[in-house]
Amino acid sequence: MNLSSLYTELILEHSRNCENKRHLECATCSKRGHNPSCGDDITIELLMEDGKIVDAAFTGSGCAISQASTSMMIDLVKGRSAEEAEELSQIFLGMIKREIKTEEELELLEEAIAFQNISNMPARVKCAVLAWHTLTEAIQEANLHS
Amino acid sequence: MYDVQAIRQKFPTLQQQVNGKPLIYFDNAATTHTPMEVLDAVRDYKERFNANPHRGAHYLGIQATELYEQAREKVAAFINAPSPQEVIFTKNATEALNLVAYSYGFSQIQAGDDIVLCISEHHSNLVPWQRVAKLKGATLRYLYLTEDYTLDWEEVREVITTKTALFAIAQMSNVLGTIYPIRELVAYAHQQGAVVVVDGAQSVPHLKTDVQELEADFFVFSGHKVFAPMGIGVLYGRRELLESMPPFLMGGEMVEYVQEQETTFNDIPYKFEAGTPNVEGAVGLASAIDFLAGTSWEAIQEHEEKLTRYALERLQEVPHLKIYGPQAGRTGRGPVIAFTIDGCHPHDVATIVDQDGIALRAGHHCAQPLMNYLKAPATSRISFSLYNTKDEIDVLINSLQGVRGWLGYES
Repeated sequence: MNLSSLYTELILEHSRNCENKRHLECATCSKRGHNPSCGDDITIELLMEDGKIVDAAFTGSGCAISQASTSMMIDLVKGRSAEEAEELSQIFLGMIKREIKTEEELELLEEAIAFQNISNMPARVKCAVLAWHTLTEAIQEANLHS
Repeated sequence: MYDVQAIRQKFPTLQQQVNGKPLIYFDNAATTHTPMEVLDAVRDYKERFNANPHRGAHYLGIQATELYEQAREKVAAFINAPSPQEVIFTKNATEALNLVAYSYGFSQIQAGDDIVLCISEHHSNLVPWQRVAKLKGATLRYLYLTEDYTLDWEEVREVITTKTALFAIAQMSNVLGTIYPIRELVAYAHQQGAVVVVDGAQSVPHLKTDVQELEADFFVFSGHKVFAPMGIGVLYGRRELLESMPPFLMGGEMVEYVQEQETTFNDIPYKFEAGTPNVEGAVGLASAIDFLAGTSWEAIQEHEEKLTRYALERLQEVPHLKIYGPQAGRTGRGPVIAFTIDGCHPHDVATIVDQDGIALRAGHHCAQPLMNYLKAPATSRISFSLYNTKDEIDVLINSLQGVRGWLGYES
């Protein structure tokens, strides 16, 4: 995989997206995700109402890949139900593991499809998947408490 | 004349291309490559002997025992230990530090004692002591750093006191490259009655080691950071301490008489070497010590110092780059340089320079408390060995110049 297909304009733009990177005052649940080996450290905050993600944002620090992946994920799941968000996380993780091949499913990921080729860079996979694992955990915790 | 090309020729892994470019290996603080003669020594042992040492009276077993014990003697001479019995083979420096923490720490540290560490310790010389402090009710205290990433003697005198039961410190930081004045620190800690553990994992590949001169009570290092295979490490301990300590791991070889309910233990060093040891690792380490003996320490230091100084100079040319560690010459630092580039996460830096065949390390380098203290979530790190060249540094600087561009910055 060459660098220009990794650091695309879309990914770079999202890696510096300030719109999604903020503290969510009114969050109903938050979850910290951490890659101890490389130092990516994010906290995802969700505002859930009636099982729906009304707003989402994140804070923290990490590499361009982890930050862009988090930002794209937030764009994707905002306004969706918790179940839908979990399904999308599974599709994203499936894409990275190269288990999901159908175009229809991949298209559901919208911009996040940009990370499809990260599977060719094993050292960076964990940066791309951090947000999605963290989101799944956040939703599962929220379900437990509701 | 230091012939770096001749040295490079001895290392098969260095002769390869990575991503279509000649490999530039700047991750020597993580592990070093292995010269052909060490690979040959390990292979020769496996082909000709390969027996369980200290057991049985057959020819191969006797040969294996002899090679294993010769390796111990070689290590003792290498670090100037008073006797080979004070050299214990472990799996690596981490295991050696855990041995000291579990055996010495748990039996000798009392509630109310202080354990003192430096803030730049690697997790391997920090987490075991945290555990001892927690379980024994001792207090963990830290020495912090000055603006030039070294220790402040005033603070040393404040923190290391008669309450200090144990002081553990790396001779050289694996992040900052700082070389601490171990001899003076040990002397001061001894005056206060503390036992001193020195982690030599980073310093042993770059400095002549003399445990008697340092007066360290315990000294550890890993073989794989000095051109030996992974899986072999060394604990040196002063005889009186080792003899008074309870065993660490139990099993074969470390015993004298075993009855149903009671066991008496073997003498040092065997008391601390339970189970079949890593004989090929020890043979490899002995061979690595022979390899090192082919070049004088002065020549190695001069070469590595030149590289470090040159890199420190040239890194200044890279815009938005910040170095973490002393800028000074050899006396205060070793060939390890940590840095960050504004706006670029170290992991992205590592990926980008990897495309030019350059191996560097990105992350917290197993020193999270130090990173928190420096307020750097992560850094990139380059670390040199005796086989690196100035030309390689030039390629690195070129590659680093392009990093911000790849990440969408205009300059």
